Amino acid sequence: MSDLTRLTAADLAAKIHSREVSAVEVAQAHLDRIAAVDGGVHAFLHVASDAALASAALVDDSIAAGTAPASPLAGVPLALKDVFTTADMPTTAGSRILEGWRPPYDATVTARLRAAGVTILGKTNMDEFAMGSSTEYSAYGVTRNPWDPSRVPGGSGGGSAAALAAFEAPLAIGTDTGGSIRQPAAFTGTVGVKPTYGGVSRYGLIACASSLDQGGPCARTVLDAALLHEVIGGHDPLDSTSIDSPVPSVVAAARQGADGDLSGLRVGVVRELGGEGYQPGVQASFDAALRQLEKLGAEVVEVSCPHFEYGLAAYYLILPSEVSSNLARFDAMRYGLRVDEGASAEAVMAATREAGFGPEVKRRIILGTYALSSGYYDAYYGQAQKVRTLISRDFAAAFAQADVLVSPATPTTAFPIGDKVDDPLAMYLNDLATIPTNLAGTAAMSVPSGLSDGLPVGLQIMAPALGEAVMYRVAAAYESTREPLVAPEVSA
Amino acid sequence: MGTRLDVPTAGRAPGVAAPVIHLLEGPLSAAITRDEVAHLARLARLAVTDAELDVFAGQLDVILGSVARVGEVAADDIPPTSHAVPLENVYRPDELRPGLSQEQALSGAPASEDGRFRVPQILGEEA
Amino acid sequence: MTASLVDFDDVVERYDPMLGLEVHVELNTNTKMFCGCPTGFGAEPNTQVCPTCLGLPGSLPVVNRAAVESAMRIGLALNCSIAPWGRFARKNYFYPDMPKNFQTSQYDEPIAVDGWLDVTLDDGEIFRVEIERAHMEEDTGKSLHVGGATGRIHGAEYSLLDYNRAGVPLIEIVTKMIPGTRERAPEVARAYVTALRDLIKSLGVSDVRMDQGSMRCDVNLSLSPRGSGILGTRSETKNVNSLRSVERAVRYEMCRHAAVLDAGEKIVQETRHFQEDTATTRSGRVKETSEDYRYFPEPDLVPIAPSAEWVEELRGTLPELPWARRARLQAEWGLSDEELRDLVNAGALDLIEATVAAGAPAGEARSWWVAYLAQQANAREVTLDALPITPAQVARVIALVAGGELNNKLARQVVDGVLAGEGEPDAVVEARGLKVVSDDGALIAAVDEALAAQPDVAQKIRDGKVAAAGAIVGAVMKATKGQADAKRVRELIIERCG
Repeated sequence: MSDLTRLTAADLAAKIHSREVSAVEVAQAHLDRIAAVDGGVHAFLHVASDAALASAALVDDSIAAGTAPASPLAGVPLALKDVFTTADMPTTAGSRILEGWRPPYDATVTARLRAAGVTILGKTNMDEFAMGSSTEYSAYGVTRNPWDPSRVPGGSGGGSAAALAAFEAPLAIGTDTGGSIRQPAAFTGTVGVKPTYGGVSRYGLIACASSLDQGGPCARTVLDAALLHEVIGGHDPLDSTSIDSPVPSVVAAARQGADGDLSGLRVGVVRELGGEGYQPGVQASFDAALRQLEKLGAEVVEVSCPHFEYGLAAYYLILPSEVSSNLARFDAMRYGLRVDEGASAEAVMAATREAGFGPEVKRRIILGTYALSSGYYDAYYGQAQKVRTLISRDFAAAFAQADVLVSPATPTTAFPIGDKVDDPLAMYLNDLATIPTNLAGTAAMSVPSGLSDGLPVGLQIMAPALGEAVMYRVAAAYESTREPLVAPEVSA
Repeated sequence: MGTRLDVPTAGRAPGVAAPVIHLLEGPLSAAITRDEVAHLARLARLAVTDAELDVFAGQLDVILGSVARVGEVAADDIPPTSHAVPLENVYRPDELRPGLSQEQALSGAPASEDGRFRVPQILGEEA
Repeated sequence: MTASLVDFDDVVERYDPMLGLEVHVELNTNTKMFCGCPTGFGAEPNTQVCPTCLGLPGSLPVVNRAAVESAMRIGLALNCSIAPWGRFARKNYFYPDMPKNFQTSQYDEPIAVDGWLDVTLDDGEIFRVEIERAHMEEDTGKSLHVGGATGRIHGAEYSLLDYNRAGVPLIEIVTKMIPGTRERAPEVARAYVTALRDLIKSLGVSDVRMDQGSMRCDVNLSLSPRGSGILGTRSETKNVNSLRSVERAVRYEMCRHAAVLDAGEKIVQETRHFQEDTATTRSGRVKETSEDYRYFPEPDLVPIAPSAEWVEELRGTLPELPWARRARLQAEWGLSDEELRDLVNAGALDLIEATVAAGAPAGEARSWWVAYLAQQANAREVTLDALPITPAQVARVIALVAGGELNNKLARQVVDGVLAGEGEPDAVVEARGLKVVSDDGALIAAVDEALAAQPDVAQKIRDGKVAAAGAIVGAVMKATKGQADAKRVRELIIERCG
């Protein structure tokens, strides 16, 4: 393995910008690494070698010409979740129904990465349309967890997280609808951030549930995630739900946090997120993290969010409802798969959707169709939206008592492939601790908090809307007390 | 009876009993019948097979039984949240923005003819 | 199927019609409702599209501010209240002309509610139509059905889709049920749509061309037994695309409903289609199951919350509304009610006002537009405003006549020239050599010649029978090919005989 693939994004950028190494060498090292190990990991659905090298060469040319780098991450490689449109690469969202589709446009996140000179290595695997917690619902095969190839890397963004853990890329982009960035980060010992809803543009992000989806940065260190956050974040006039205010200064906050001083900060432990239902090793790791935060000077207090226990139920009504509508457009008329069975447009639509969608997607479409039906709307969708209000109020009350909230990121560590694939409810439980943040539109992240039985555990840090700075500061401080987690070497 | 779920352990901790959680327990099940699922699938344009119907009906019944828990929350006077951020009045100016060429628009089309998307005969209502 | 219709007079004797009208108006904004694509009519297929209006995965809508303002101005002009807060909803149903398979529409949170529109009936009576709401939504694409008969959907082998129209802003204006129209229901319906069209035209927010589909009308109608007050089952007739059709559709549906009810059958609540050629309605395809559109708030758009200041600012931009303007012009031009109505019906009001604004006296302007130009428009089978002559050009011709440079006959020839594309009136006068001959020398020679040719007439004039001069005038005009100033010729005749 080349040493270059072990470096952080910040270190790589420094070396590239000082011309110690070229961006092309860095890109090539990662492409070589992908070629060597991705057969065993299957993090990538598409590797764009030529485009990556060409993009890196442009960065090298610009640096050689004495031009200031386009961004602090110019020349650093990145793995992009296959849910963002890319005009020069296929985009499938992990679904058979979009096999081979080449979008005629770039997502805003894609465009910002390109403008920042970031080298896009390729597109990563995911549960179909971001529905799932294991990547087992990808139409293109499961991604394996570099820590134990018999286990899942989490999902839906398992490909992005596994690429980081397997040193195939120092940076990645994920999307988080109910935990799809944070849960894979926890399962793979990496850092994953779900920004405030509206903090990162959704334009070109293939929708799962519009009111919950949020793109965000994934990395192996808190500082790297912060650097990426500032590249992709900020207002986008093409997204009506994009917040028109500056990106929080997360890089400065991460650097400040690295000093390891959290005195004066209050950290709230959410009583409802932990204990019963959480694996003992996960709970132990969390308790140790709390002691560590206290050592750093933070005051740890307990807070209660009584409606969080209804979060999962509300989420699994709101999400399928939005999914049932968002995925209606996949109908074989304008793009994507067409199964020519039946003489009419209606028959072709139904045959194509049947063949093109996997079972989890179909389940959620049917569930959402039900929840929005006229006779059931008030009892299901309407009531779920009220619960959403109550969860936001719980957060508001908790943030009045604490600067950040903490919990285990997931109830368990990575589970074996095949364990839950036929048991939807068991799969849904993975999102227990992460879902409230999506319902409230607030920010949260997962940072590694050690191992339990040899598998990574994640600490979740939650912040109010646009409160990312304090969240990154706490995360960086906590990170500074620990040795980085390094997954065992994977074989191809 | 609510749904009781075993939370699997990491599998590397022999002797540690799997905790049981009851967060998803809901009211009595049998919320949805096989026929209803078939009707919903038709509404959603999914030509599901009989075998799938059997599986989905059972699974959806369990899921619905669980998510129906939202009904336990007393929320009569609580306003619903449809949007996570309190934004209002987001508009764009009435100005042209470059779009796609006809070739780009049709680039993903399963079939096209004379600059248009070609689709099988439409059975629905005449517009 | 009920065989024959009930005679209209018989219907109104025994039944009370209940009328409701839904009108869709396409706004003439530069760009679509939710994206920056152009809205122009008639472009090459799929050339006015982008990821958003094509419904491509990942695309998102952003509301066009101008469309919201147009909607509010329509609402204000219809005396509606503007909702201080409202959201778009998704109306979910699968149809290939709808790229996302849902329509984004202000379903139950319309921007304007509870207004009214006063409409003038043929006899001058004012009828108030209550408005339930006006709301924003987006148009669909267009399908072309290939194979089978006459491009109709039934029997077509396949369809071709063009999404240029998909996402064009629509305002749907819905009346409350209109009671008490009795035998005037067809007339009220037409008068309402006419008044609405004029109103929206005066706001400048739509082309309101029913022939091009930028204004479309659905007619809801039910009958209840006379005086019973029992609401009947209604039919919804779509595809009613001219003012005349609105009237005919209401009349036909009244006669059809009565026939069904008289036969002891039930009216099916259904969508029907108006057939322009036969002035009848035809049942649409009956749906297998009742449609459930599964409306829910559009999560990709944020609420519309117009401030009171914004509403008042828009109220200030409302132009003089049609009925106020008509009253003013009627007074200014001294017209009878009937004369005014004729002008309105001929679509001449704007043209006359513009001609007057260009300096012509109102009487002359009116006379040109309702007489000679109206004949020309009829002959060409176009509307007055489609004639290739501007009010300014008409005003110039009137000025030339007033200045004695043209007589009426020549003026008509000048207008013919302008209509034929020969340029401005002055250029036509020049090119065709149509100037009135006012050079006395040439005229005197022609007068003398004519008097010499008809000595008996000349004698009569000398005897004081001035009326006889007409014959000489005619001869002079003929000799000068009509280019003489007839008034001057008459003066010269009297002079030469004096």
